[in-house]
Amino acid sequence: MSTPPMFTSRKAGEQLYIDASGHWTAPYAGQLERLFDEFFKQEAEPQSVVLEMSRVSEFDSFGAWLLERLKREFFAKGSAVEIRGLPEADKTLFHEMTEVNKAASPADGPRGGVRGFLEAVGRAVVEFFIDFRAFANMFGAVVLAFLNVLRRPLSFRMTSSVHQLDRVSFQAVPIILLITFLIGAIIAQQGFFHFKKFGADLYVVDMVGILVLREIGVLLVAIMIAGRSGSSFTAELGSMKMREEIDALRTMGFDPVAILILPRILILIVAVPILTFLGSMAALYGGGLVAVFYAGMSLELFIERLKEAITMTHFQVGMIKAPFMGAVIGIIACTEGLRVQGSAASLGEKTTKSVVKAIFMVIVLDGLFAIFFASIGM
Amino acid sequence: MTDAEINMAEAVIRVEGLEVGFGERLVLKGLSLDVLRGEILGIVGGSGSGKSVLLRTIIGLLPKRAGRIEIFGQDVDRLDDQARQRLERRAGVMFQRGALFSSLTVKQNVQFQMREVLTLSPRLCDEIAIAKLEMVGLKADDGGKMPSELSGGMTKRVALARALALDPEIVFLDEPTSGLDPISAGEFDELIKTLQATLGLTVFMVTHDLESLYAACNRVAVLADGKMVESGPLSQMMESEHPWVRSYFSGERGGAITNRFVRQQEIRDGI
Repeated sequence: MSTPPMFTSRKAGEQLYIDASGHWTAPYAGQLERLFDEFFKQEAEPQSVVLEMSRVSEFDSFGAWLLERLKREFFAKGSAVEIRGLPEADKTLFHEMTEVNKAASPADGPRGGVRGFLEAVGRAVVEFFIDFRAFANMFGAVVLAFLNVLRRPLSFRMTSSVHQLDRVSFQAVPIILLITFLIGAIIAQQGFFHFKKFGADLYVVDMVGILVLREIGVLLVAIMIAGRSGSSFTAELGSMKMREEIDALRTMGFDPVAILILPRILILIVAVPILTFLGSMAALYGGGLVAVFYAGMSLELFIERLKEAITMTHFQVGMIKAPFMGAVIGIIACTEGLRVQGSAASLGEKTTKSVVKAIFMVIVLDGLFAIFFASIGM
Repeated sequence: MTDAEINMAEAVIRVEGLEVGFGERLVLKGLSLDVLRGEILGIVGGSGSGKSVLLRTIIGLLPKRAGRIEIFGQDVDRLDDQARQRLERRAGVMFQRGALFSSLTVKQNVQFQMREVLTLSPRLCDEIAIAKLEMVGLKADDGGKMPSELSGGMTKRVALARALALDPEIVFLDEPTSGLDPISAGEFDELIKTLQATLGLTVFMVTHDLESLYAACNRVAVLADGKMVESGPLSQMMESEHPWVRSYFSGERGGAITNRFVRQQEIRDGI
C-alpha cells in the first residue's frame, strides 16, 4: 500500500531534526512540494539540519530532486545539512541529482504586454516583406525553369504533368459543376424573387449571364481550386521538404523547381480556364432551370434574352482572367510548401496560409482586372 | 517456494505462445519470453525477423492473434481501460526515430506526461524536466530547442529523457543506438547502464548493434523464424549451435567484436 509522504520536525537547541517518511515518489511529488513550502514559511534559520530518511519507504528521482532542493534551500540560508539513513541504492540516484539544475532554466513562450504586442506587429510587417520576396523569388525561378524547358522541350516532365492534370482538373470537374450549378440557380432565384416587384423579370437573365461569365464563374473556380489543389500542393511539397526529399533532388543535380513546381503551376494555368468554362456553363444551366421551372419563363424566351444580353466580350473577360488566377494560386501554394520547417505544426500553418493568401490574392487580382477591363472598355 | 514460483516473482514481463501476423504472413510463431526485474535484456535478430513487432505487441500497439502477455503479473487482455493506463505509466518507451512531438520544445516534450498525469507546480515541473535532461547528458539550454533543431544523438537522448519522465519501472528501447556514430553509441550504452543502476530500471532493448549487446546487456535473446531460439548471457551465445546465432556472433563482423570483448573480459577477470 502506498502512504503519502510525511514530514515532522523538532528542534534541539540550534539543531533542527527532520524525520521524513512515506512515499517520496512521482505521484506524491506535488504534495511533498507543498509540505516543503509550508515548512519553510514557519521555519527560522537553524544552524544545522539533520534529515532522517530511513523511514522513507519509496524513493525515485522526483523525491531525490526534492530532497536536493531542500538541501540547497537550507544551504542558501546558511545552515549545514546532514542527510542520514538513505539506503545505498537510493544514494546513487540522490548523488546524480546534486549535479543538475545548476544553470537557469530557459524561458519559453513569447512575451506578453505592450512590448510583446509591438514585437508581434514588427514581426508581422517584416514577415510581409519576406513573403513578398519569397513570392518574387519563386516567380523568377519558375520563369527561368520555363525558359529552360522551352530550350530543351524534352526535359519537361510529361508523365508527372499528365498525372497532375488528372488530379487538378479532371477529378475536380464533378464538384466544380455541382457548386457553380447551385450558385447559378441561387442567383437566378434571388433575381426573379426581388426583380418581380419592379416587373423587371427579363433583366434577371442579363444579370445572371453577365455576372456568371465575367465574375462568378472564374472567381468560384479559383477559390475552390485554391482550397482543393493549392492546399494539397503545399502539403505535398511541405512533407517532401520535411523528409529531405527536396534536398535529395538537389544533391542529384536536379532543380526542384523544374521537377516539382513548374509542372504543377503550368497545369494550374491550363486547368483553371477549362474548369472556368465548365463552371460558367453549369451556372448558366442552373440559372436557366430556375427561369423555366421557378419563374415560369419559356425556354425560347430565356435563350433569346440570353443571346441579346451577353456578348463574346463578357465571355472573354472571364476566360482571360482564368490562367492568371491559376498561376497565382500555384506560385503561392509552392512558395508556402517550400517554407515548411521541421515540425508538424508548421506544415499545418503553411497549408492554412497558402489557402488564405491564395484566395485573398485571387480577389485582389480580380479587382485589378476589373479596373483594367473598364479602362480599355471591355 | 519452488523454482517456478521464484521465476514467477521475478519476471516483470512474461510472454507465452505469442502469435502476431499481417495478412497471410505470420511474423511471430508461438514466441515465449520472460523479462526479469532489473536486467537489461537485448533482443537481437536479422532485419525483418520481427524484433520491433515483438516490442510493439508487448506495449500494445499491435494486436496479437494468440498467446498471453503478462506485465507485472497482470494479463494485459483482462485489464479495463483504467488499469491499462496505470500499467502504461509504469513503462516508458523510446521509439527508434525518437517520435518527439515536433511542435513542442524539448523541455515540453519531457514534461508532457508529467503535466497530464501529476499535479505539480510549474516550478517543480521545470526543475524535474531539466534534471532528466541533465541526467541523459544534455544541458539546461537544450530544453528550449525544438526537435527539428536537434542532431540524431540529441534526439535519442531527449527521447530517452521523455521515456524516463515518470520514473517508469520498465523502459522499452527500440534500436537506441542505430544511426549514431560509434563514440556516441558507446556513450549511449554507458548512459543506459548508469541510468539502469541509479533508477533500478528493467530495460527491454531491441538492437542491431553488437557493441551495445556487449557493453550494456546482461542477457541476450535471439529471435529467428518467429521464435526465441536462444536466450542467456553472452557467453552462452558463443556456444550456440543455431546457424543464425553462430554466424551473427562468430561471423566476420561479429567475430572480431566478440573476440575483442572476450579478451577484455579475460583481462578484467585476471586470466
